[in-house]
Amino acid sequence: MTIVLALFLLAAIATPWLYRRLGTSTFYLLAAIPAGVLALVLTKTSQILGGNPWAESYTWIPELNLQVTFRMDTLSWILSLLVLGVGSLVLFYCASYFKHSTGDTGLFAAYLFGFAGAMFGLITADDFILLFIFWEITTILSYLLIGYSRQRLTARRSALQALTVTTAGGLAMLMGIVMLAQALGTYSLARIVEEGPALVAAAQANQGPIALAYLSTALVLILCGALSKSAIFPFHFWLPGAMAAPTPVSAYLHAAAMVKAGIYLLLRLAPGYGQVAIWQDVLVIFGAFTMVFGGWTALKQTDLKLILAYGTVSQLGFLALVISGGSQDALYAATALMLAHSLFKAALFLTVGIIDHQSGTRDIRKLSGIYRRAPKLAIVGTISAASMAGLPPLAGFVAKEAVLEVALHGQGGWQGAATLAAVVLGSVLTFAYSARFVWGAFGVKPAAYMLKEGVKYCAAETGKNFQEVDGSSPAAPAAQRNRRGVKMSPNTAFHQVPYGFLAAPALLTILTLAYGLYPEPVHLLVSPTLQAFAADSQETSLHLALWHGITPAFLTSLGIIAAGSLLFIFRKQIEELQDFLPSTRSASIVYRDGMDQLDRLAVWVTGMTQRGSLAFYLAVILTTAVFVPTVALVINETPPLQNLRVSGSLAEWTIAIVMMVAALVVVFVRKRFLAIMMVSVTGYGMTLLFALRSAPDLATTQMLVETIVLVAFVLGMRVLPRKIPRIPSPSGKDGARKTLRIIIALGFAGLMMALTMFTLSSRSLDPISLDMPRLAYELGHGYNVVNVTLVDMRGWDTFGEISVLALAATGVASLLFIEGRADSGSARNLDTAAMKKIERSFAQRTQITVAQRVAGKFSSVERDPFIVAGRTLPPEARSILLEVMTRLLFHTLIIISLYMLFAGHNLPGGGFAGGLMVGLAFTVRYLAGGGAELRAASPISAGAYLGLGLGIAAAYALAPALWGDPIFSSYVLDFHLPVFGDVHFVTATIFDIGVYLLVIGLILDILRSLGERIDMKLIAQRRKEEKQARAKAGKA
Amino acid sequence: MIIDLSLILVMGVLYAVGVYLVLDRSMTRVLLGLMLMTNATNILILHAGGPAGLAPFYSKETAASDYSDPLPQALILTAIVISCAVTALFLGIIYRSWLLSKADEITDDAEDIRVAEQDAFDKEEDAAAGVESSEFDGDEETREREYQQEEEKRRKLQTSMQPQVARKGE
Repeated sequence: MTIVLALFLLAAIATPWLYRRLGTSTFYLLAAIPAGVLALVLTKTSQILGGNPWAESYTWIPELNLQVTFRMDTLSWILSLLVLGVGSLVLFYCASYFKHSTGDTGLFAAYLFGFAGAMFGLITADDFILLFIFWEITTILSYLLIGYSRQRLTARRSALQALTVTTAGGLAMLMGIVMLAQALGTYSLARIVEEGPALVAAAQANQGPIALAYLSTALVLILCGALSKSAIFPFHFWLPGAMAAPTPVSAYLHAAAMVKAGIYLLLRLAPGYGQVAIWQDVLVIFGAFTMVFGGWTALKQTDLKLILAYGTVSQLGFLALVISGGSQDALYAATALMLAHSLFKAALFLTVGIIDHQSGTRDIRKLSGIYRRAPKLAIVGTISAASMAGLPPLAGFVAKEAVLEVALHGQGGWQGAATLAAVVLGSVLTFAYSARFVWGAFGVKPAAYMLKEGVKYCAAETGKNFQEVDGSSPAAPAAQRNRRGVKMSPNTAFHQVPYGFLAAPALLTILTLAYGLYPEPVHLLVSPTLQAFAADSQETSLHLALWHGITPAFLTSLGIIAAGSLLFIFRKQIEELQDFLPSTRSASIVYRDGMDQLDRLAVWVTGMTQRGSLAFYLAVILTTAVFVPTVALVINETPPLQNLRVSGSLAEWTIAIVMMVAALVVVFVRKRFLAIMMVSVTGYGMTLLFALRSAPDLATTQMLVETIVLVAFVLGMRVLPRKIPRIPSPSGKDGARKTLRIIIALGFAGLMMALTMFTLSSRSLDPISLDMPRLAYELGHGYNVVNVTLVDMRGWDTFGEISVLALAATGVASLLFIEGRADSGSARNLDTAAMKKIERSFAQRTQITVAQRVAGKFSSVERDPFIVAGRTLPPEARSILLEVMTRLLFHTLIIISLYMLFAGHNLPGGGFAGGLMVGLAFTVRYLAGGGAELRAASPISAGAYLGLGLGIAAAYALAPALWGDPIFSSYVLDFHLPVFGDVHFVTATIFDIGVYLLVIGLILDILRSLGERIDMKLIAQRRKEEKQARAKAGKA
Repeated sequence: MIIDLSLILVMGVLYAVGVYLVLDRSMTRVLLGLMLMTNATNILILHAGGPAGLAPFYSKETAASDYSDPLPQALILTAIVISCAVTALFLGIIYRSWLLSKADEITDDAEDIRVAEQDAFDKEEDAAAGVESSEFDGDEETREREYQQEEEKRRKLQTSMQPQVARKGE
């Protein structure tokens, strides 16, 4: 079976491609596949009917007790006959149906074919979860198939409606499945059914593993899924809507196959759980109502497809009602009825498809005299409709006899009475709408009944040929009076039906006839399905036959036919009555209104929460952040506040006061750079605090970062106006906003202060860090505890951090260099040779200033100077002081940074501080010599630093895994070097080198982007302005 | 554990000013607010390490409790460098925003406002759909004619394409 499913999947995938090659002939090929599988299934007949299911099983997720198990027993076998047989015929029929279609038929074919595969999987799956998966696949494919005509609003809407309803039911069912299967400890359907009666008996006796209420809940949830799939009231409305699908889809999915999935599940579970009260009640109530309601509504319809659709709803209710009995007899009758229904309903839908295809309408008020134009089609349609009506000697009659037998001798109580009443009333209605269908599709109608507009008539009819004329045109043929003098409509336009088109419905009709005339094979098929019942339960007494003699069931059938005929004869009066009765809101309208309300709620919630204002979001977050902990602090026990020291060190107080003043100044100043400077003051204040608190690493790092950030600020903000403008809020309530901001700010600060004090004063245990110095030395082989923590004990953390740094660096670069990093290519791309030539020519000239001559002499040296600012910067932008400083500092800083990197494991320093030191060196050099100098300073590009750094860090982290150690393991290497003496090398330093390189890359990217790039923009802008000014001057 | 009021106060002021600035509409001030909040948080973490002890460099003679707590220091070190990167990124954003719109302002999201103001009624999805009594647009003959025309068009297109392909091949 797995192979069959794989075949279906592959063929479905290949279908669109095949369709492009073969056109509609693809359908013939596709029809052959289910037919072949059907033949394969038939070879297993004796095995399966003998009680040996055809099973396959694979382990899927053993931890979740999930298996891929397929099991074909008799019930699955019967359904597979339907699914494969009808599927094959429908695909065959499609070839004619889509002959002149210009839509995306290849994809359609794939969906329809894939659906056949999914349906096959659904009925053979033994694992409940697997069944659910196939169940949902059929739902999705049904959605795609209903929405095949994408350009039609009705199709899209109906598709979505069907999807929503059946998925909602499916979700409920999933919950029920899990509840039931977890209680039983197995997901195997066969075992769930097998253990069902014992479980039910135990639950009813208030013993056993689960309570009756739990079991009932699970079953009701499963019923939700089954009933929504099988379009039972109140979920029925999606099925008439689904008639927007092409008619072959309706025939297959919405009559023969998919809607039967729910019925299949009911049949499958009934032997185990059919005796639970709520199961029976739900099925009786909803089944009975649906049967009568569907039949009554079908009588109202004028669209042939809708007559059939409501008829299907009614018949599905009928099936659910029959199954509600739960006895062997009931299931026997239900299975027989399901078979009969699939045969005639599929044939009828295919017939309607032909009518629609050949006449361009399905409205019975636009069709007249079709039996005269297509007698063979009329025969096929009439026989199938007669089977639906329950006329002998057809399948419908035989099956209905069995059902009536059950209903007449069935269970007592109100359920029995309701079942009998609904079956009889529903059957009368079924007869009436079947007759109306035949009359509507094929009959000759009174001229008064026909619509006045949009009807096409046959004119100048000679044999097959005719001319199509509109009803309103003068060429339209005149109405003829019949024997009773009623004006009858002339024939409406209808094209000849090719034999290939008619083959599928004809074959189904022949089967209907055969089933009715000789039901013995069906009996042989159906009775083994009852093997699922426990051995000791009463065996069925039913036996399908055309003639049982004059039995109560037969008499009831006669009564139904008589009453149904009356209903049909007085159809005009019935139609008037239906118009007269107040119509209730249809379920689809209720559904739509519900969806409207949901839409409105969604828009309202979105409007309330998504204001699009960052300040709004932050205010909400911060208010919550203040409110919730404050309440918790007050409501729960408030810890005592102790050990508050006011007279700390004088140095700390001094720094604190300076920082506070600086921070407060930031609130009031509008000068941009002053504000930045004040924030920097707090940053440098931090440096001092770190130093006072014995944190040399922090002090160093903070110092370097603060300096670089200050430079970055000045570089990045130099184009912005000098003053930070006051921006009025769009709502105009600036005063209120300001007050709110102050309240939130003070609240947040107050909370943080309180939290800190309460937290610190209630500490009672020793911090975990007490062990860290010892661990750092013994395991990390370093004296600098902070550094060892970073590169060894919390290596993962640091790795995450440098990844963020790489991201941020790339982010800055891409914000400024939109098109790429723009840092590849040679670093030293100054055209010094050309410049020297120009400068030399300056030196030789006589008519030049002293400054120019000096510049020329400076540049006539052959070696490239260290600071090439003389060549790259205009004289007014140079600073001798900076250039000299740079010459002094650059190499010193690089050497210090290397020392910090390598000594960092034992002394203050490390990769971060070292990298920042290099960054500082680059900063100095950029400030002295501009962007060209920055590029000259670094042997590789910023991107290369980032990649190299991250790469080294990752390689360091992963390498120990190669020889089986946990990642981030560090080792010590002791060796002797000629000059350095004994070297004690800890491999964690390699990780630090990665960090070092990455930080260099980050700083380089910042300088490149915020520095050099903005320089270039400014220069370009200045040139443009000069050009404009010159142009203006020229004009003047 | 001793709590120093000086640190608590400076942390409180930095938080208050930081939050106040973060709620501003000017991007620059938001960034400054973020930096102040970072500093405040670093003070908080530092303070959790307790009063100053010896710098955390291991020596065998020192008792574990005599060191300054190294764990908060490691955390802060990470925070400092990350905040440096974030600040740089934010500066890039401010610059770009200035370049594009000449504004140093965090504007409200126009799309969000549009969504908040829109009606639940969707013109296309909620339109009334007519009753359709057939899924075919014309009758059999017209469809066949249209189909032939389409085929004809495709054939013509293919034949007109072929010489070009051949020429390309040459």
